[in-house]
Amino acid sequence: MDFALSQEHAMARDLFRSFAQNEVKPLAQEIDEEERFPSENIAKMAKLGFLGIAVPKEYGGQGCDYLTYTMCVEELAKVCGTTAVVLSAHTSLCQMPILHFGTEEQKQKYLVPLAKGETLGAFGLTEPGAGTDAAGQQTKAVLDGDEWVLNGTKMFITNGYYADTYVVFAMTDKSLGRKGISAFIVEKGTPGFTFGTKEKKMGIRGSATYELVFTDCRIPKENLLGKLGQGYAIAMDTLDGGRIGIAAQALGLAEGALEVTCDYVKTRKQFGKTLGQFQNTQFQLADMATRCDAAQLLVYRAAIDHDIPKKSSDGMCSSMAKLYAAETAMYVTTKAVQLHGGYGYIRDYDVERMMRDAKITEIYEGTSEVQRMVIAKNLLK
Amino acid sequence: MNIVVCIKQVPDTAGGVKFNPDGTLDRAAMLAIMNPDDKAGLEAALRLKDEYGAKVTVVTMGLPKADAILREAMAMGADDAVLVTDRVLGGADTWATSQTLAGALRALDYDLVITGRQAIDGDTAQVGPQLSVHLGLPIVSYTQKLRIEGDYVIAERMFDDRHHVLKVKMPCLLTALSELNEPRYMTPGGIFEAFQKPVTIMGRKDLVDTLDSNIGKVGSPTQIAKASDKVRKGAGTQYIPEDATDAAEYITAKLKEKFII
Repeated sequence: MDFALSQEHAMARDLFRSFAQNEVKPLAQEIDEEERFPSENIAKMAKLGFLGIAVPKEYGGQGCDYLTYTMCVEELAKVCGTTAVVLSAHTSLCQMPILHFGTEEQKQKYLVPLAKGETLGAFGLTEPGAGTDAAGQQTKAVLDGDEWVLNGTKMFITNGYYADTYVVFAMTDKSLGRKGISAFIVEKGTPGFTFGTKEKKMGIRGSATYELVFTDCRIPKENLLGKLGQGYAIAMDTLDGGRIGIAAQALGLAEGALEVTCDYVKTRKQFGKTLGQFQNTQFQLADMATRCDAAQLLVYRAAIDHDIPKKSSDGMCSSMAKLYAAETAMYVTTKAVQLHGGYGYIRDYDVERMMRDAKITEIYEGTSEVQRMVIAKNLLK
Repeated sequence: MNIVVCIKQVPDTAGGVKFNPDGTLDRAAMLAIMNPDDKAGLEAALRLKDEYGAKVTVVTMGLPKADAILREAMAMGADDAVLVTDRVLGGADTWATSQTLAGALRALDYDLVITGRQAIDGDTAQVGPQLSVHLGLPIVSYTQKLRIEGDYVIAERMFDDRHHVLKVKMPCLLTALSELNEPRYMTPGGIFEAFQKPVTIMGRKDLVDTLDSNIGKVGSPTQIAKASDKVRKGAGTQYIPEDATDAAEYITAKLKEKFII
């Protein structure tokens, strides 16, 4: 067993780190402060192929593995949680279900421009009454001739408004329960598809979180993704991969906060000594670093396992990775703020933003409680 | 058009600088990066490739671990890579290095050779010009801008207070300034492709028209007497003058003390 990255992966990580530090970090504070979508970052990432890292080359992507994509999210999150989640939602939640369940025509029409970075993707599952209980979908899709007619509302949709392509879930036969849910591809600009409230959030404030409203929205019959009634299975499969993306975001936030804090305690003096010379600080940093390392091992294992279909089927690895990385993000960023003292509570310091950004990782794409349910279910089956 | 870009692996100063007992750099013990001026030269070549179509080959002389910068260059867009490595080539100064590179380049096709102005480890700026002499090529050093017109390169050569615009018939050699451009990032897919491609390895026997007396430490007229880390400057002393006259008197006294005035 060798825990070292391959030369290729190490070089890819250097690339992502360099890009994040030089291009993304300088804008992170401004994007958060102004609650502004990081369009310039996304345009640069598109040019370098970052928006298609995990998509095969024949569909316009970079043809890399899930670990490479995961490391990209991690490095972005070290400096900007917002930019990281935009990439994660685009890749894990929109590209992957089209790649895994789409027809060849759907892949050519939607996946190729998504992978080339010509379009941005989003995923619409959550509803006002269907969050953790994803099976409680109220949005309906009815077949009328050659078109599906969608009615309903989705909420908390990452990349909403800015995305061009949406994977949306709707009930096609309520009597069948979760087996009556189907998935659809909906284009921005389709008549009857509008955007509602833009949410004002605690963290990741630059990411656009919108309500999607469907009012007699007619989409072509061929925009059904996968089979009729396969929507719930598609959603669960997608979220299994999506959790690795969010776990990577959480990991990056924790590592970023640790790096910033190490720099800070080396220079900040109290009682004639740097903070780093106090044993209390050293012990705190040791705990933070150990948790970061453990989280990274879990996240990388989940990413590697994701590329092996037989291993990724139970969702255990990704749930463990997301659970631990998210709780590590909260633990480490909270400690980081504490070690910064009063400065840590000021918006001029990165750790203040990182702590706010970290909280959502315990909530979206399956709360920590849902991850525990998945893990326990596997243990007891 | 065939473009050959000479690149060098140099110590990343962030990782610290270490020396062998004989005063030469202990490259094996240091983190390494592609020399910044060479990277600008590579970017210039890749832009010519994008605009006019060209095959770009990168060449480096160094330890086997210099393979890393060749992979990086291919991940940026270079087509081929050549690593010139052999124990007998070790400890080379600029003369022996340029002789070795000339021997390697004689085995390659080129219309244009680009090197960086100078490497951040030695800062001599000698290898590019020496290489042009060995290969009998016209040279434009300190290139800050270039374009192609038919068989000619139109290049701007930087001077302190002006620049010269030169029209040079290919084949020719340019040395590139890092001001020439902003090197592109690699792409993720490009990295993985780069590691699938072969790197041509050249040893002593592959060098064309190269004398043993011109290579390696034996062929190096420069002998390093001593090398050491730069001595750090002290923190200095702070003097708060009472008024301008006091400040002037203090400064002149200090300058006299150091025999400057």
